[in-house]
This record gives sequence, structure tokens and C-alpha cells, in this order.
Amino acid sequence: MNSQVQNAVEKFGKDASRLMDIFHEISHEKGFVNDDDLKQIATEVGLSKVDAEQTLSFYHFYSKKPMGKYTIYLNDSLVAQMMGRAEIADAFEKATGTKFGSVSQDGLFGLYNTSCIGMNDQEPAAIINGVIFPKITTYRVRELIREFRTGKTATEMINSFGGGQNQSSRIQAMVTNNLNRRGAVIFADYNSGEALKKIKTMDPREIIDEVKNSNLRGRGGAGFPTGLKWDFCTKSPSNERYLLCNADEGEPGTFKDRVILTEIPDLLFEGMVIAGYAINAKEGILYLRLEYHYLKNHLETVLTTMRKNGLLGENACGIDGFNYDIRIQFGAGAYICGEESALIESCEGKRGEPRNRPPFPVQVGYLNKPTVVNNVETLCSVVKIVMNGAEWYKSMGTKETSGTKLLSISGDIRYPGIFEIEWGMTIKEMLEMAGAINPKAVQVGGPSGRLIAENEFTRTICYEDLPTGGAMIVIGQQRNILDVAKNFTEFFIEESCGSCAPCRYLTVILRNKLQKIMDGKGVLKDLDELETWGKQMKKANRCGLGQTAANPILTSLENFRHDYISRIEKGKEFDTKFNLEAAIQESSRVVGRFPQV
Amino acid sequence: MSKPIVATTSLAGCFGCHMSILDIDERILQLIELVDFNKSPVDDIKEFTEMCDIGLIEGGCCNSENVHVLKDFRKNCKILVSVGECAIMGGLPALRNNIPIRECLEEAYLNGPSTKDANPDRIMPNNEELPIILDKVYPCHEIVKIDYYLPGCPPRADLIWNALVALVTGDELKLPYEVVKFD
Repeated sequence: MNSQVQNAVEKFGKDASRLMDIFHEISHEKGFVNDDDLKQIATEVGLSKVDAEQTLSFYHFYSKKPMGKYTIYLNDSLVAQMMGRAEIADAFEKATGTKFGSVSQDGLFGLYNTSCIGMNDQEPAAIINGVIFPKITTYRVRELIREFRTGKTATEMINSFGGGQNQSSRIQAMVTNNLNRRGAVIFADYNSGEALKKIKTMDPREIIDEVKNSNLRGRGGAGFPTGLKWDFCTKSPSNERYLLCNADEGEPGTFKDRVILTEIPDLLFEGMVIAGYAINAKEGILYLRLEYHYLKNHLETVLTTMRKNGLLGENACGIDGFNYDIRIQFGAGAYICGEESALIESCEGKRGEPRNRPPFPVQVGYLNKPTVVNNVETLCSVVKIVMNGAEWYKSMGTKETSGTKLLSISGDIRYPGIFEIEWGMTIKEMLEMAGAINPKAVQVGGPSGRLIAENEFTRTICYEDLPTGGAMIVIGQQRNILDVAKNFTEFFIEESCGSCAPCRYLTVILRNKLQKIMDGKGVLKDLDELETWGKQMKKANRCGLGQTAANPILTSLENFRHDYISRIEKGKEFDTKFNLEAAIQESSRVVGRFPQV
Repeated sequence: MSKPIVATTSLAGCFGCHMSILDIDERILQLIELVDFNKSPVDDIKEFTEMCDIGLIEGGCCNSENVHVLKDFRKNCKILVSVGECAIMGGLPALRNNIPIRECLEEAYLNGPSTKDANPDRIMPNNEELPIILDKVYPCHEIVKIDYYLPGCPPRADLIWNALVALVTGDELKLPYEVVKFD
């Protein structure tokens, strides 16, 4: 019996639904959870070992075997690649003497690729033992590895702090905010706690109506009306309700939540209290991606202060009978957990696989109780709507899309970072604002969104025209559009939960076909097949990930067809490029036969 | 007018799709009214003797012979149809695709429970009469152009029948949910 495991299990009340926390606790200490640990955990929480193991094996940041004393995760997102990731990866491999995906022989260094870590404005970036190393250079790589060999910890290698709260003793991270433009809602001046005084005088119904009137729509990307969601939840009969805040922000290119959580976490928590009060929730859970673990102390301190001030706990905010607290739930590196039903599954200690709908989370959600899942930015907006009223909020934005939006802009621009804009800005204006350098394309809304060309730069950012969760990646003239499509498609291959067959293997087939074209072996028929097969994804998959996984190929094919056409063989309708001689090489060698085709 | 000519073959398949063709029951009488068969296990004609209209392919390609046969079919059939999971996706045989070929062969001929004591000379079959296996199992459309795909493992007799009739008569293919659902 392992006492460390026992402590972890007991800390979370031997509760199977807290499996993620138990794994996190053990993993954080020793870097992995082995078979013996799994057996012990399973027995204690009342699961079979395979049940516990299937959760563990689902998540990128959990492992059954040691991942190296220094576990190095190097971001593999498009923008990281654009900013010279290949050189950095090379430097890491040379300095550590090991390849990506493995641990060095002395067990000192583990090198791993990882999907976007929310640092697109300061790439290339890596996470080493939980510490973020932004804007890493080859010189820095050699320095880090040299110092690690002498026994220095990752924390000891922090040589500067980023701006704002990144300087505070509770964070002390090298991450910079790059908050380039404050707007009138999220980052406007605000006296912390005011809204919580105000709701004391308000009926939950009033709050819901106010939010409904404001036309606030979910800021994660899907844009569902927030007030309506709350309304549905309160109308589902139950004695328990939950409010989940989605801070998983896994969409490559988005990093707005990182800045909110760094600079104005109190505003977010206030939003979570207001929403909790409006739907009469028992508990609020902040589902935070593990990449942002470095913010844990900072966030916990804010929560502790709120508890001390009576804003959380029994009769929270001085409202009789409103017993409400907030806890932080860490994910473990799974993009799919940003999908609300997968997020709920993950919170329950399971694999992050999306649920079938209906029933919707507002009916049957966390622990099978009615649950509202809201984005970080949505909940921040709620606070300001409660303070200033729906009419004030509607005075900003466009007819159907009120308020402001945080854009995370990165790529080939002079000022990568966060911009709070009023809805209704055109892409052209946005490009000027961010200092775009020779833009060829803009990826609107991350890989699951649209890749648009110059002819669409006059379009407007709003739900009537070009909706977005806020990730904007600007791609310069010098870039190859097929590289973009390939990077994004590989992201989906990596992040597919594997539940729906088309998402599991059609993504791979599409990538291979794309590679065939990139190798100069494509023919016209390949383009048709990319298109017809890609379109199937929308119909044949359960959740948003699978439905949009072909978007990078489909939208680039639509808007940059010329880039594809210029790479295929002319005058040839069809050719599989199957090479029999190459295909029998290996088995001829094994059986010792001179190849005879 | 002469009847359309059909050819069929089973490559890396289990003949289950051919069994499914036979599952059309009494419609087989209509079938022989409708079409003639050329190269096919159904009539045991080994080589093409004339140009065919429709080729039905069961199974993917796991060895060099499969590739030759498939290319032969492409040359001799106006329309090629991939019939069933193995032809379309590689199917069960493709389970080996993630295992290096050396490991596969060693497991089959040297280390497997049924061979490890029975093969003291550690021989791997290597006669030039034998086809040689490919690095992985390929679906047919990765080798030659395939015109139509009939999914299923095996595709239901009704699906094969409906498709064949539609191809021969030129009528629209009827695809009721029942004949293409798999759960």
C-alpha cells in the first residue's frame, strides 16, 4: 500500500467522480501513475482497474511510466511552427540526446510535443515541469539543459517576470499579458465586489431577465444566448444545480482566458457567483486547463479572500439561503474537454468523450443534475451587464451581436496579443489594428473555424456575418497554405477522442491525401475526394470537434484552390501513385528474396 | 442486345461478400436473366476472355498477386465496385498495418505457438511461385480507380442486388436505411 496514493484518495473522499484530482495529485508529485497505484486507487474508490485506467490513458499529461525528471512539452501549434519551432525542437533533441516522444537514457529529460498551450502571442513556448518558458531561443535551450544537468529546478530557471500580475508573488511567471487594447466591458475599470453588493437586492429572475435582454451570447464560439441557457436550467426540475466555467481554452490561437485569469480573476469569480445565484446552483466549478497550472496559487488566493469576505460559503454575499462555493478542477491536456458535455464527463472523473444530446446539460449535466456551462469571457460580461444594465450593453456592437469581444490575435503581425473590440469591426480594420505584415489569409476562430482570403477581409466580426470565439491567426504571404491545413488537420488527429469512426480515421486519410498533394503526387481527383469526403465529417460525427475537423482542408480548398492546383500533376485525372516495388521491399528483405514484381 | 457482363474476385477478403451475393436467394434466377458472368469464383472462369461491364471486388490488397489481379480487373472492366469493408478500408487484414512486417512474419512462421517448435530450421516461405506480401494492406482505391463503393461487412444481399440492378438498368439506386445501417 502506497501512502502517497492513500493520502490522495482520502483527500478527495474516496470519490470516483474526483478521479482527475486524485491523478493530478499523484502525477504532480511523482510525474506518473503506475499500475500498482491504479489498482490501489480503483479499489479505494470502488471502480475496476480498467475503469480507472481508461480515464488515465485518455489524457495527454497523465502517464503510466516516468516521463523524465524534467518533462519538456514543446508546443506544436501552427504559430509555434511559424515562429521557428523546428529549430528549437532540434536544439532540444541535440542538447538532451533524445528524440521527441521519448525519455533520455539517464531518465533526466522527457521530450514531448503538445497541442497549443495558449501562448500563441509568445511562441515558440514550452512547458517544463509546469513552468512556462515563452519565446524560447536555441541559446536558451542549451542554457536550460546545461543548468538542469547541474540539478537546477525549472522554477529556478525563471529569469524574468512578465508584466502585470505575472510579477506578483502569487504567479511569478515569464508569461507576458500583451493586453494591447482594453475595451468598455471586460477590461474596463471596475471596483471589485460591487456587482455582488447589487445582486443582494435582486431576485434571480431579475438577473436572468437582464442577461436575456442584453442579448449576451456565449463567448466560447458557439454563441448560444446565455440568458436562455440559464432560463432552461432553472426550468429543469431538480434540487441541485451546477455552474461550470469553461476555462479549457484549447482552440489553437486563443489565449484570452489566460489574461483574464491573470489580471481580473475576481471579475470572473464574481460572474460565477452571479450565475450561480441566478440558477440557484449548489457549487461552481472552474474547469481549468493544466497548461495554466501556474495560475493555481493566484486563483486560490482570490477564492480564499472571497470566502473570508463572505462572498462564498454559507449565505454567500449575505443572501439568506444562498450556500455556494467555487472549486477549481484541472483538466489534463485534452482539447475535446472544451466541448461542454466532454467537460462535464471530465469533471466527473471520466474520459472526456462528448455525450449524446438530448438530454442537454441544462437538463442532465454534471452528476446528472441540471448544469450551466459558460465560457470565462461570458461570465465576466455578466458582471458588467448586472452593473450597467442590458441597454448599456446593447448600445455596443451590432444589431444582433451586442457588447464586446476579446480577440486573441497572433501570427504574422507586429502586435500579437489581446484586443477587446466592439463587435462589428471588419477583418481589414482588425489587421490594421494588430499590425499585420503582408497578410495572405486569416484563420478565424482557430482550426475549427474558417480560413479566409483577402476577398473576405471586408467581412464583419459578428454573429450576422463572421462569428468567432476570438482566435485570429494571421498568415503572411510567405506562408504555404497547405502547411497550415496540414498542421490543423494533424491537431484534430491528435485531439480526436476516437469515439466516432469518421473522426478517428477520416482525419488521417484526409491528412495522407493532403501529404500526397504536398509531395507533388496529387491529381485532380484527389481534390474532389478531399472535398466530398471532408463534407461527410459534418454529418457523421457526434460533436463539434469531429464536425469541424475537415474545416482546415475544406475552407483552404475553397479559398486557396490555386495553392492546391499549382501542386497537382497537370492533365491527369487519376493516379494513386501506388508503388508496388516499394511496397514489397521490406517483406522481400525479411524472407531474403530478390524482389520480383 | 447482349447482356451486360459481370466479373468478380476476392482479394484479401474472406469470401463473405461473395456469400452475401449468393444470399439474394431466388433472385439468382433473375440475375442470370439479367447478366452474364465472366472471370469469377461463381462460375470458376480463371482468366478474362472478354471486356466486362462491371467488376465486383471483394477484399483489399495484402500481396503482390492481389495487386496484379486488381489491375487486371481495372483493365478489363468498365466499372469497378469495391464491395465490403476490406475492399473499401482494408478491413480486418489491415489490423496488421501498425505492426512492422518483420514482426508479423516472425510471429507467423517462427515464434507463434503453432510454429515455434515445428519450424526448427526457421524457414520463412519464400518460393518464387508465392506472391509476396506488401508492407501493409491497401484498400483498392489506393491502388486503382474505383467507381463505386458498397459498404458493409458483408454488404447486405439487398444492397448488392439493388446496386447491380441499378447499374445494369440505369435506374436510380434505392438505398433504404435498412440496407445500409450496421448497428
